[in-house]
Amino acid sequence: MTEHSLPASTYTASELLAVMAARLLKDGQIVFAGVGIPLLAATLAQRNFAPHLTILFEGGTIGPFIVPGELPPSTNEQRCTRRSNMVLPITDVLLLLQRGYVDVGFMGGAQIDRFGNLNSSFIGDADNPKIRLPGTGGGNDISSLTNMIVAMKHEKRRFVANVDFITSPGWIKGRRTRAEAGLPQGGMWRVVTDLAILGFDEASCEMKVLALHQGVTREQVQDNTGFKLLFEEKVETAEPPRNEELAVLRELDPERLYTA
Amino acid sequence: MSTETLVTPYQQLRKATLDRDRGLREKVMSLEAAAKLVSDGDHIAIGGCTMSRTPLAMIWALIRARKTGLTVSRSITSTEGDLLFASGVSSHVITSWFTQGIVWGVSKVMRHYTENKLARFEEWSHMSIGLRYRAGAMGIPFMPSRSMIGSDVGKRVGEELKTMTCPFTGERVVLLPALNPDVALIHVQRCDAYGNAQLDGLQFMDIDMAMAATRVILTTERIVSNDQIRRTPDLTRIPFFTVEAVVEAPMGCAPHECYGLYEPFFTHLDDYAERTAKDPVKGCRQYLEEFYYGPKSWPDYLAKLGMEAVLDACRRGRSVHND
Repeated sequence: MTEHSLPASTYTASELLAVMAARLLKDGQIVFAGVGIPLLAATLAQRNFAPHLTILFEGGTIGPFIVPGELPPSTNEQRCTRRSNMVLPITDVLLLLQRGYVDVGFMGGAQIDRFGNLNSSFIGDADNPKIRLPGTGGGNDISSLTNMIVAMKHEKRRFVANVDFITSPGWIKGRRTRAEAGLPQGGMWRVVTDLAILGFDEASCEMKVLALHQGVTREQVQDNTGFKLLFEEKVETAEPPRNEELAVLRELDPERLYTA
Repeated sequence: MSTETLVTPYQQLRKATLDRDRGLREKVMSLEAAAKLVSDGDHIAIGGCTMSRTPLAMIWALIRARKTGLTVSRSITSTEGDLLFASGVSSHVITSWFTQGIVWGVSKVMRHYTENKLARFEEWSHMSIGLRYRAGAMGIPFMPSRSMIGSDVGKRVGEELKTMTCPFTGERVVLLPALNPDVALIHVQRCDAYGNAQLDGLQFMDIDMAMAATRVILTTERIVSNDQIRRTPDLTRIPFFTVEAVVEAPMGCAPHECYGLYEPFFTHLDDYAERTAKDPVKGCRQYLEEFYYGPKSWPDYLAKLGMEAVLDACRRGRSVHND
């Protein structure tokens, strides 16, 4: 633990997700971000170490700077446009993904499987669903057309062997299957959870633990996952959130709309 | 829908446009008169996105006129989708995402109607909905694209989505069928009596939607003179000849937002979410009774939302212009 670090009890799981996810971004990147944790993480990166990072919102915004305390309820309200460079029609901002301008797509997830496929459409059989979820929005486009980071809570019911429905394709059933299905570009890159940071095995494209958060064991991660996880040869412990990272998050979200 | 009738035949599309009076003429009318331009069974496209620039005054008028059998398309569908299902106006929504908004969780109303097979939520990816309108706006039968392939979203729309080998590159591409709505409902900040519309902030899919539709019903915060439009023609986004009706409806998106003028009415929307979560059917019925069928007029509806709520939404809305 560095001298800047706080004990684990002083940040929420959502804050942990936002901090860890932010560290995966690089200065100069163009990041297509959803609301909630992705927006906070991208803004945190922008403020702390990536001043040349550009955020894109599905509503059509290029390069906004979010006003602290005025977080948007979706990517489509006027709050998303503050101090942005440009506003585009929705179709055209999504076409930037297809054209190849976007480095990272960044979103939350309801259900994910071992190949990184995401489901936000149906729980249960699509013809007779137990729950009809809100659907893809731009999720299918983003995950089809660029490299993805997903931030989500690590729970057994969310981490399943096979998703009930592939809304947003990851590696489908393995590395070659994605390209064979018609998606030669992009793919699931990182999954950030409140327990670990995960990637995908080079050869098989199965989900693999790269690093654990402080105080989390391998068993704990496996117990909260509905399939057998791979582990990196040398699993590292991620550095806990630093004070300056948490301070930015709390300035952005004083009412804890996203980080409760 | 059979795939033969999925795309409006080109000659039919052109004829419907040519048959309309496209002269520079005034077309200002009431919400009630504009509602008469929508026939039962029409496909209506709704402008804006989620809670932004939703043409709620016009939707309010269609629900009060007790239309039925409308197919509704929109980029992302929020509370207006719940109310179109619950009022019986529509049982078929084509959209990419359907729920009040992320902070309120999954819509219990959407769940009730779709899980009990009382209504259909036809799901396409967001870009695909946009490209379908764009193909419609361009007068071409389909648009090639690169998403929805390899997913169950693509599989589930079945025959309506095709793939082909690109004759130039040999790649496999998706073909999205053009969407040409019968009527597009679009709300703007200002337009003239002819329908030359200027809109501020995010455009969403409104321009493609207007060009794709057979006709447009515009609602507007205010009607300005044609001279005023002509001073800034570069700001005009929708040309008058696509427009069939202009209705002045101040606060016409309430309780949703209209860029630069008012933000969403969050307290009202919290209350809506609470009522409909408890009992989607009864909650919606009571809400419709109180806010849709009950009020005497659009101003009376706004009075029911409350002066305090209106002013609060306006204060937040205008703050976007502050430094």
